Amino acid sequence: MVIQGGPVIFNTLHLAEPWKLATYESAGGYAALKKILAENIPAEAIINEVKTSALRGRGGAGFPTGLKWSFMPRQFPGDKYIVCNSDEGEPGTFKDRDIMRYNPHALIEGMIIAGYTLGAKAGYNYIHGEIWDIYEGMERAVEEARAAGYLGDNILGSGFSFNLHNHHGYGAYICGEETALLESIEGKKGQPRFKPPFPASFGLYGKPTTINNTETLASIPYIMREGGQKFLELGKPNNGGTKLFSISGHVEKPGNYEVPLGTPFAKLLEMAGGVKGGRKLKAVIPGGSSAPVLPGEIMMDCTLDFDSIAKAGSMLGSGAVIVMDETVCMVRALERLSYFYFEESCGQCTPCREGTGWMYRVVHRIEHGQGRPEDLELLDSVAANIAGRTICALGDAAAMPVQGMLKHYRNEFEHHIEHKKCMV
Amino acid sequence: MLSPESLAQIDKEVAKYPAEQRQSAVMSALRIAQVEKGWLSNELMDFVAHYLGMQPIAVYEVATFYNMYNTRPVGKHKLCVCTNLPCKLMGADAIAERLKKKLGIEFGETTEDRQFTLVEGECMGACGDAPLLLVNNHRMESFLDDGKVDALLDELKGK
Repeated sequence: MVIQGGPVIFNTLHLAEPWKLATYESAGGYAALKKILAENIPAEAIINEVKTSALRGRGGAGFPTGLKWSFMPRQFPGDKYIVCNSDEGEPGTFKDRDIMRYNPHALIEGMIIAGYTLGAKAGYNYIHGEIWDIYEGMERAVEEARAAGYLGDNILGSGFSFNLHNHHGYGAYICGEETALLESIEGKKGQPRFKPPFPASFGLYGKPTTINNTETLASIPYIMREGGQKFLELGKPNNGGTKLFSISGHVEKPGNYEVPLGTPFAKLLEMAGGVKGGRKLKAVIPGGSSAPVLPGEIMMDCTLDFDSIAKAGSMLGSGAVIVMDETVCMVRALERLSYFYFEESCGQCTPCREGTGWMYRVVHRIEHGQGRPEDLELLDSVAANIAGRTICALGDAAAMPVQGMLKHYRNEFEHHIEHKKCMV
Repeated sequence: MLSPESLAQIDKEVAKYPAEQRQSAVMSALRIAQVEKGWLSNELMDFVAHYLGMQPIAVYEVATFYNMYNTRPVGKHKLCVCTNLPCKLMGADAIAERLKKKLGIEFGETTEDRQFTLVEGECMGACGDAPLLLVNNHRMESFLDDGKVDALLDELKGK
């Protein structure tokens, strides 16, 4: 797997042992934290800097981070928490794993700065279950930071105290949903909470909590060290910074690439060595499996930023780009994705619990030559009746791939139903 | 019921959370218990419940919700193969077929000698390394091909 470094997230990648604290410090790491603590920079100023940077949440929703931080009632007394969402399990996404593997201290520094800004006394980093070695690496990195005086009581003599702990998940996609994640840290089933109240007022253990994605938090040290304006200028207006793109599927060089937001998709594909075996590009899922699929020719005209992909009818999501060549049967691809959402639905809301199974069974029978003429309208109807009718976004996440496939590849589904076999 | 080493590990996890929130350590405690015993029997879950001051039912809920816990006995080596779309595009189905054929079992089954259990997994967040599988939850084998699958089985059989 290829990893392409960049200025913000993978800034230590060219150095020996990039994950070590000393390496991170040699590349300017922890300088931002030291400055903030030494000069007692007000929280307001930090939030403004993050707003200037136009940093948008890297976990999938793209919500402006500065605005999210401003929702925290930081002036009120009592415990508050900062939580990092490293529960990366959206098919196609594998960037946070490499951030924690190669630059864990960028995340740790980002979380300490967030804790300082939001008045949090502790932070939890929730790590995806299947990546055990990454969890162990993060445990070592946290210990290293604690031993160096960056974590714990009275950090660097500033009077500010902050603790950070890693929490290891154990296999549940739904815990990537922020309130399910909070339930999971509390030692419960990961079933999402009804919102409102939002985590900023009622979060972990009922206390005000801000939840950010790993890459979002790991971008904070750069913003505070180099300035929000410089981060913004790495990308394009309303889409500040570089971003990690995880490219998988039919490319020569799958991997993580840190490139500016607004980079043409064609350029990323070229960096990844092009379509595998020189075959023709058929389709791309641009933002993780929940994002509606886009035909290759539409994708080739897109730039990789939140606004361009949204305009093309999909979403940038987590930046997980799944590339499919001309040999892929879209019915079969959708069958597997539909099974995933059926399997991972937490079972709490009826439209999602029943609808995901229903959609899977219908796509399954189409794939296996038992499709009925009315099945496509049925899929349209079930998908539309799940979307927007559930507590969390898993319902929408299950509906969007179905809607995207039927929008662009309806003829393949019709062919399967009519001829009982694949046209690819 | 658990070794002093396992209990010390659980205590370390408990210390991560506020004193009145011992339940927060339940996921780690179950993981630690499972590593020692291989699977989570009701007695073992009851022990964890008692240790953390939880109702047993609350522990069962957690153990059955998250799919990396073994609530039934499994073989010595549990192999979990991701077949989700990015892995599928890179040949995960052929890897799964090879494993089924060599072990003589289907997904969800255990070999008669109780050495291997084969399960179908969901996304492990490592799609750039596809196709891949997990051995007993904590060891990931990436960029699988026929040769790697065969070598892995040979290695594990010797253990």
